Amino acid sequence: MKHDLVKQARSAGEHLYHFHGGLRLRHNKKISCQIPVEKTPLATRYYVPLLQQSGREAEPLVSAGQKVLKGDSLGCFDHFGGGHVHAPTSGSVSAIASHPISHPSGDDGRCVVIRPDGLDQWRELEPVENWEHADPSELRRIIRESGIVGLGGAVFPTGFKVDRASDHAIHTLILNGSECEPYISCDEMLMREQPDAIILGARILQKAVGASRVVIAIEDQMGVVNTALTSAVKTSGAENIDVIKVTTIYPEGGEKQLIKVLTGVEVPSGGRPTDLGLLCQNVATATAVTRAVLEGKPLVERIVTVTGSGVRKPRNLLAQIGTPISNLIDQCGGYAPDAARLILGGPMMGYALASDSNPVIKAANCILVLTEDDIQPPQPEMPCIRCGECARVCPAILLPQALNSSIRSELWEDATELGLADCIECGCCDFVCPSHIPLVDWFRFGKAKLRSLKVEREQAEAARERFEAREIRLERVKRERKQRIANKKAAMQSDREKQQKIAAAIERVRSRKGEDS
Amino acid sequence: MMLQVIFALVPGIIAHVWFFGPGILFQILLACTFALGFEAIILKLRNRPVRLFLGDYSAVLTAVLFALCIPPLAPWWITFTGMLFAIVIAKHLYGGLGHNTFNPAMVGYVVVLISFPQAMTAWLPPSSIAPNSLGLSDALITIFSGHPPVGLSWDALTEATPLDAIRTSIASGQMISEARQSPVFGDFGGLGWEWIANWYVLGGLWLLWRRIITWHVPFTAIGSVLVLGTIAWFIDPGSNPVPMEHVFSGALVIGAFFIATDPVSGCTSNRGRLVFGIGVGLITLAIRRWGGYPDGVAFAVLLMNMAAPLIDRYTRPRIFGQ
Repeated sequence: MKHDLVKQARSAGEHLYHFHGGLRLRHNKKISCQIPVEKTPLATRYYVPLLQQSGREAEPLVSAGQKVLKGDSLGCFDHFGGGHVHAPTSGSVSAIASHPISHPSGDDGRCVVIRPDGLDQWRELEPVENWEHADPSELRRIIRESGIVGLGGAVFPTGFKVDRASDHAIHTLILNGSECEPYISCDEMLMREQPDAIILGARILQKAVGASRVVIAIEDQMGVVNTALTSAVKTSGAENIDVIKVTTIYPEGGEKQLIKVLTGVEVPSGGRPTDLGLLCQNVATATAVTRAVLEGKPLVERIVTVTGSGVRKPRNLLAQIGTPISNLIDQCGGYAPDAARLILGGPMMGYALASDSNPVIKAANCILVLTEDDIQPPQPEMPCIRCGECARVCPAILLPQALNSSIRSELWEDATELGLADCIECGCCDFVCPSHIPLVDWFRFGKAKLRSLKVEREQAEAARERFEAREIRLERVKRERKQRIANKKAAMQSDREKQQKIAAAIERVRSRKGEDS
Repeated sequence: MMLQVIFALVPGIIAHVWFFGPGILFQILLACTFALGFEAIILKLRNRPVRLFLGDYSAVLTAVLFALCIPPLAPWWITFTGMLFAIVIAKHLYGGLGHNTFNPAMVGYVVVLISFPQAMTAWLPPSSIAPNSLGLSDALITIFSGHPPVGLSWDALTEATPLDAIRTSIASGQMISEARQSPVFGDFGGLGWEWIANWYVLGGLWLLWRRIITWHVPFTAIGSVLVLGTIAWFIDPGSNPVPMEHVFSGALVIGAFFIATDPVSGCTSNRGRLVFGIGVGLITLAIRRWGGYPDGVAFAVLLMNMAAPLIDRYTRPRIFGQ
């Protein structure tokens, strides 16, 4: 069965399939694609959050007052096989302080605050001279240490992903360029402007995991991208790289949905694409790999779409990680007078920020400013009438209406059985719900609750095991003591018998002596 | 959404007025008044925002569906009792909008059907064959006094419905063909009724087109009646009506498109809806054939409401990747 799936996955891109549900949304992408990507000028302060990838914060490696060069490591992670956060420019560390970190929770976190010296001077770079002859494990080490994460928004450490993938027989590398969420155009601009870097990155990643093919998925509405990529493939001389156009349906850019479209195979629930011999990476991640390997530069910048009717000149910017968002807005001509909401990410999966002093993070693919007109007035939430619209659009083929009621009733077993863990939080159900129920918020709450319940259960299990071990130990101690006493008694018993024998022998000798005399 | 369902009923209501006089309009008005009144009172008692929930039109829809099910000249206290049970008991005592196990309109209808059998059979003949037709004011007087206007008796006013006619004739040993001699029959269903049903179908198709409902329930409910009715008719055409008559008499069409499609008390997955629709069709047919009532749509819907959670449980779609 599984062998068949892998076999079918090998034919990725030869035939296109459909996934269940999804939405055709208005694109709103053109407004930010009119002018070329521009680099943001140096900021006066950089706030580099130590929480940059999924998982826990990095441990800081610098202290206040220390001088750093661009690309120096500011902190390292102890999970997901390690990884680093790097200085976005040269200067001095003015503090390691609590600052808003642009996290969905809205919480503050520790940030390394850098005061630039204006030189923007790189540390000593160690590019790989001849990557085509480099050892794959060496390439994976560079990817890991360059702080590269999935730049599509999930920010899962790429180094960990390719390390894990190298344990599987990966046959196909899929580069995800199907940026399906409205407004976001950073990947589209990247594919237009730097197709060669993407193709190079694809080839390096291909070598790092030993894949024989590369499939680059782009949307059918990205006109010039197709020609740019195709000619870049041609000039690179690489074989086995295909550019495939897929129909634009949200959330096609989701890893599992894209794999379904390209191969017809569904990634098993709870499993990973690597189980099918596939590795999926974002196109921007591929360029980050190119920079890291060929130039020795760690990930300190990314392309960010600044868009929405709330900014005067929507466009794409190449921004350093840690730059305050207000700098980007200024570069785009500032806010429109009726700007009302600042969102990090797209309109479907993004989240509102409290302030534009928040820094650009690695997950920041888009900064969306909406006006009063864009934002629908908050509709009062009505009870669910089980109309099933949510189930019709759910790409994970779940029953959001049933999940909603099981979570609200705290029926966690039911929620698990209904596939809560398979929810990809795409927001399609929210979008269509006629009762305006914030379904995804409930699902996130439910997932967090399931996680904490699991931790509790594991703790209880550990406590039970400890208790049982103690009981066994006490039992053993008791048994041993008993045994010792018994042994002693037996010894004493045998002592007594011996003495009696000796006495009897003496008696016999004596009596014999008496007979002799 | 509820408002669109009410709009979709308008063609059927117009046809109803055309064939059976304006009494139905008073019933709708009366039912809406009672329904909104009960809804407002109980929302207040439950400390829920009254205006917000009155504005969702679910109570109005319940009222309109109920009014369309009862005889046009039924006295006002029938509507009162029906709405009391529908809104207060079937809807709010079960938790209000979204939580009711049973279709409120059908609960109200079944309560009055069982409690006041005499008044609930007082159906009028279509006006084209009616010996005595009532004007607006006469209809109003009849509804509010509970008595026919001076000089007329109930017997002079009312007439058996087509399904009643079939039932009584079969009970007295007649053949269907003999029963069909009665003037209450039309071309392929009951006279007048067939056209009301046609207009309901039109409204139902509009709902389908607007994606307010899915095809699953109406298609399977009517389909199962047609298929089984055809089989029965082939086996014994003497005692089984032509299958089309089953569809175009009684409440099957309005039930299939407007009542059994209620999302709250129905099934939620598409496969579940198929089962639900087939269940409604089969039970309706069974009650018409063997039950104690001429029509069985209301009972069929309520019985399937009861089965809906179980059906939902066993018709869950396969989760992505599982």
